[in-house]
Amino acid sequence: MFGYYLDLALRSFSRHKALTGLMVLAIALGIGTSMTTLTVLHVLSNDPLPGRSQMLFYPQLDPQDLDGYRPGVEPPGQVTLIDGMNLLRAHRAERQALMTGGSVPVEPPRGDVDPFFADARYTTADFFPMFEVPMRYGRAWSAADDQAKARVAVISRSLNDRLFGGRDSTGQLLQLGDSAFRIVGVLDAWRPSPHFYDLHIAGSYARAEDVFLPLQSALDAKLAINGSISCWGGYAVGQLATAPCVWLQFWVQLDDPAQAVGYRSFLEHYSQEQQALGRFQRPLNVRLRNLMDWLGYQRVVPSDVRLQTWLAAGFLLVCLVNTVGLMLAKFMRRNDELGVRRALGASKRALFAQLLVESGVIGLSGGLGGLLLALGGLWLVRQRPTDYAALAQLDAPMLLVTFALALGASLTAGLLPAWRACQIAPALQLKEA
Amino acid sequence: MQIRPILATLRKHRIPAILIVLEIALACAVLCNAVFMISRRVASISLPNAIDEKELISVSMHGADPTRAAADIPRNLAALQGIAGVQAAGVISSLPLSTDNWGWSFGTQPDSVLEDRSSDQNTNVSLYMMAQGTERVLGLRLRQGRFFNADEYPGSLIGSGALPSTHVTVITESLAKKLWPGQSPLGKTIYSKPAYFTVVGVVADVLRPRLFGSDGLRSYHSSFFPMGPDQALANYVLRCPPAERERILREAVQKMQALNPSAVINGNTYEAIRNRYFADTSSMAWMLVLVCAVMLAVTAVGIVGLSSFWVTQRRAQIGIRRALGATRGDILRYFQLENFLLVGIGILLGMLLAYGINLFLMAHYELPRLPMLYLPAGALALWLIGQGAVLGPAQRAAAVPPVVATRAA
Repeated sequence: MFGYYLDLALRSFSRHKALTGLMVLAIALGIGTSMTTLTVLHVLSNDPLPGRSQMLFYPQLDPQDLDGYRPGVEPPGQVTLIDGMNLLRAHRAERQALMTGGSVPVEPPRGDVDPFFADARYTTADFFPMFEVPMRYGRAWSAADDQAKARVAVISRSLNDRLFGGRDSTGQLLQLGDSAFRIVGVLDAWRPSPHFYDLHIAGSYARAEDVFLPLQSALDAKLAINGSISCWGGYAVGQLATAPCVWLQFWVQLDDPAQAVGYRSFLEHYSQEQQALGRFQRPLNVRLRNLMDWLGYQRVVPSDVRLQTWLAAGFLLVCLVNTVGLMLAKFMRRNDELGVRRALGASKRALFAQLLVESGVIGLSGGLGGLLLALGGLWLVRQRPTDYAALAQLDAPMLLVTFALALGASLTAGLLPAWRACQIAPALQLKEA
Repeated sequence: MQIRPILATLRKHRIPAILIVLEIALACAVLCNAVFMISRRVASISLPNAIDEKELISVSMHGADPTRAAADIPRNLAALQGIAGVQAAGVISSLPLSTDNWGWSFGTQPDSVLEDRSSDQNTNVSLYMMAQGTERVLGLRLRQGRFFNADEYPGSLIGSGALPSTHVTVITESLAKKLWPGQSPLGKTIYSKPAYFTVVGVVADVLRPRLFGSDGLRSYHSSFFPMGPDQALANYVLRCPPAERERILREAVQKMQALNPSAVINGNTYEAIRNRYFADTSSMAWMLVLVCAVMLAVTAVGIVGLSSFWVTQRRAQIGIRRALGATRGDILRYFQLENFLLVGIGILLGMLLAYGINLFLMAHYELPRLPMLYLPAGALALWLIGQGAVLGPAQRAAAVPPVVATRAA
């Protein structure tokens, strides 16, 4: 029966080419636009570390003084160096890493390249295993290197390509301004999206840094810090090490919920201890969000993108209502044909099914057109200068969503016209024809 | 003329009529909001900026030895001034729209605490530190008071601190209005304990390195400070005839790289800096325009489809009317009036819907209220589209010969 309906549908398409074309176009435009924006939204609300993100937590403490205190306010989104180092040394989680962004002047080993600035991350040894950073050559540095303030570095694959032509550069020296760091590891391609471990640098979807240095070594070498610094207590930025300023991110890995509960109470104890010492003055205020909750709380997905998604949904609705109108026009024009089929014994249900098959075929063709339009739209998005532009690629789940949406939309659009068309009395139609 | 028969017909063909109304209502609602978003983007792209944008080029230098700043800065300035065609050269800590923001919060009371966050009492302000003569290079327009005296430059340094060690500042008109509404700002002081700065001059509005909110109000909270040779002065600005910008830029970058081999040098015309800042906004605006155009086209196609279906369905009725003496013009006007009524109802619904959507977006996305002007503009656009779309089918209806009436049924 399905094959027969399909055949009827194709016959009807060839009879009403313009109308069919318009319907397919309307669905394709609606689907194309909404899939473009939905894909961008999907990519941007991505889990950067699927399978691991529920084990990664971002502790927040409130080390501020009482100036400007209001109850119920969230603790700062970063930690001070003192608290960061204390938490790091306490070693109460499976893994923990303290970090901040930086900017380093790279002096290329070959004389023919001008010096340039590279984004850097100053962090501690657990950063690499905790975030499952892929290594191409060598290894990450060790906790002992952190302790010893060793002048070692891990560089990105692209920087290795640029400086060393892609060869294994471990053991080579990396000249950063006046200081030299020995390269111990080279990363493989790594593009966490969003740039989840530090959302305070420009753009939450920035590329990962090119140079990774042990935090203490970088501070020792007085390399420039890059990121947000927030101070209180009448303090001007200067001696950051002891200043009442938050400017570092601290991440921990806690393998199961019990550990998370344990770590939370450790944070509370730590805060109380610091209150007793007089360092923390505000009432106890700690947070322990996992990675995805933290991204949600920080609203990483640009509101522009959400706005576009709403707009595209509205546009899809406009296209749908238009498709309903066109289908109505088309099905009602075929009253005579449907009347004959009714008179020859086809049940209302059979007619209904036939018309829905026809809408479904239109939907699938529209979906195909929409897919092409979405690919074009995503290409357009990739030409945009935003930092997330390069991420806008259609993946398998979104491909399925495209066709599901197209089919669902066209069947919904077909329901009313098909039902109306089935309401005709066979005799009347025969008489008129 | 014949509204009553039209209404009677519409009552008989309820579903197509409702569909047209719905099409128009949805299109109107989405269109009004989308055009509003476009206009806000266009407004932010074209924000005025009281410096001589067309005549400026900028050469930034980072990574130079900070201890040599006192020697390097005068030498670099002299070298840049020596390039043929350069009218003046200066150096400043950052440029408007360069994204390199140096922000701090100030209050108007002596006990305003020093912090970098905005609060109820404090206003977040962007700081521009500049060497002597740079105000002339940029073309800052003085509105009140004076620029800095020569003796205010040498001692003002910032080093690794957050604020310059001077006690004078020049602020923009918008900032003056925000801090001291209705009063003269000259001689007033801004505080961030223990730092304080007395306002000696007011200039026309200059944008901040990074805009906050697109309302344009906070975008002009800029302040200027004198500065001696300090590593914070990293953006060399040159004033030159617009026609020679490209050549001078090339020469300036070469010269700076030769003088400072270990520093990172970047050259841009000011126009390029501004365009880069708004590149994303403008591409977004174009995408919105595209979506609106396509949506209107789809709506028009939908109306054409429904109307022509309608005409076919009513061939007999049209034939009878023609046989009873209605002219072609009557039939044409009948369908046009019908479309006008339907679109009118759709627009009415659409405006309510547009308003509702705007309320929802305001609650969730910090959008301001939709200006009332958008509603009649959207209505006019849709009426035109409706009339355009119905013209073809209506003409076809008018062409139905009276003889059809005698043949059918």
